[in-house]
Amino acid sequence: MKKMLDMIVRSNEQLNYHNYLLKVSPADNSPLPVMKPGNFVQIEVKDSPNTFLRRPISVNYFDKQKNEMWLLVQDIGEGTHHICQSKENDILNIILPLGNSFTVPINADENCRLLLIGGGVGTAPMLYLGKVLQGQGFDPTFLLGGRSSQDLLQLDDFERTGTVYYTTEDGSKGEKGFVTDHSILQDQHFDYIYTCGPKPMMMAVAKYAHEKNIVCEVSLENLMACGFGACLCCVEKTTKGNLCTCTDGPVFDIKDLLWHN
Amino acid sequence: MAQLNVKISNLELKNPVMTASGTFGYGTEYADFIDLERLGGIFVKGTTLEPREGNSYPRMAETASGMLNAVGLQNKGVGYFIDHIYPEIKDFGTPIIVNVSGSSIDDYVACAEKLIDLEKVPAIELNISCPNVKEGGMAFGTSCKSAASVVKAVRSVYPKTLIVKLSPNVTDISEIALAVESEGADSVSLVNTFLGMAIDAEKRSPKLSTITGGLSGPCIKPIALRMVWEVFHAVKIPIIGMGGICNWQDAIEFILAGATAIEIGTYNFINPTASIKILEGIENYLDRHHINSVTDLIGQLEV
Repeated sequence: MKKMLDMIVRSNEQLNYHNYLLKVSPADNSPLPVMKPGNFVQIEVKDSPNTFLRRPISVNYFDKQKNEMWLLVQDIGEGTHHICQSKENDILNIILPLGNSFTVPINADENCRLLLIGGGVGTAPMLYLGKVLQGQGFDPTFLLGGRSSQDLLQLDDFERTGTVYYTTEDGSKGEKGFVTDHSILQDQHFDYIYTCGPKPMMMAVAKYAHEKNIVCEVSLENLMACGFGACLCCVEKTTKGNLCTCTDGPVFDIKDLLWHN
Repeated sequence: MAQLNVKISNLELKNPVMTASGTFGYGTEYADFIDLERLGGIFVKGTTLEPREGNSYPRMAETASGMLNAVGLQNKGVGYFIDHIYPEIKDFGTPIIVNVSGSSIDDYVACAEKLIDLEKVPAIELNISCPNVKEGGMAFGTSCKSAASVVKAVRSVYPKTLIVKLSPNVTDISEIALAVESEGADSVSLVNTFLGMAIDAEKRSPKLSTITGGLSGPCIKPIALRMVWEVFHAVKIPIIGMGGICNWQDAIEFILAGATAIEIGTYNFINPTASIKILEGIENYLDRHHINSVTDLIGQLEV
């Protein structure tokens, strides 16, 4: 069930020049609904004259024990800037949980090779997905890409969750180039690929998966107004017609998208 | 407790707070957030005779205090609505009003005819004001002659309450209101969105796939309010007012300007509980001012 909750900012840590990690809990201590990897939330932005709509942010981690949710927010405009300036004990009004989720393989062998590819702030949902997969007995492999080493975030968390490979465009960490240039894509075999990041990156990953006949899910971030299927603004053209990224997505199987046509 | 019930011709509403077509899906999208039964009515998504895919992405651009949309009436057609959606929503306990659109007069008539027998759809809203479709839509609502002709044709087949949604993209909205009143419209709802556009300066390109789109949200409220005021002084049929309503004060302003009922639109996206908060605010206002019935407030602007 979707809820609109006032949430208290437990902490807000600046991770690099434009990314912030907010940890939030319901202000009234009510239990958070279960969040699945791939879900997102809609955050209200107050006191920002040019911001009218909420800002959709993916779930970076959900800690059921602490009743806490992590949100990795990139400061890229007036709306996200206001969210990133939140201070400890500030209240944010948040609608959650929204969207579908990544498919965790059922009845799969634990040796099943799962590759999670994140680019930029698109690494955010990959952390939570990885934690859930690890909890199910899988050993996920992460491939994280950024412009330079300072764009790669939460590395300790990722390294505790699985095997991690890196690419940077300037070569400052891991292999130089884009994620799709990384040698593991040639040297290793994977059964499933999950990805989130800039659209050109996801399209390149989808092309690779398509050619290798690997099951692949991507998380889209089409512009949306509501986040719960009412406005019909965030549509993606699919084999099933125009689907809402907010309710039919944000996670899509690449075989349903029209990216290869 | 003040009386909240109002009448739009033969349509009896338990209260004047309704939700606007295109901003409320089919109601089900909001069922987690509010008790839908408390609403005065629900105007469901724009419906056409045949299914429509709508316009290409991007369909939305945020603006200061509002947004532009270019959805373009994406819907699965009236047949799908009747067979698959209506059975799911008919027992919400509030009137379902279907917003009807078309590319030709025949489309409007055929679509309206199919809705007559639906017991829980006591009214339709003729959308002659959608700015986001190439044919029909707003083209019908921007001249008195074409507005009158579509209303006349639908009136001749549709016996239930007929509401006509007016476009603000006209020189004199009261002339259009008079034209549809004279052809038998039971009510006018206003305003639909304002034609606008947004440009990405860096890319030197439009932000919407259709270049122009419909502007809504609190940025349009003062103009919408003025238009309700003008139409109130021109016609005798009841007015349903909308345009940027975000709180109970906005709603009261529209009623004072002449609206018998109001619709909450774009603000549902930001606060999906807004309609109920507005209803409670109106109730509180009436009690505070010792007004027995919300109908005593309609058009009571003191000038």
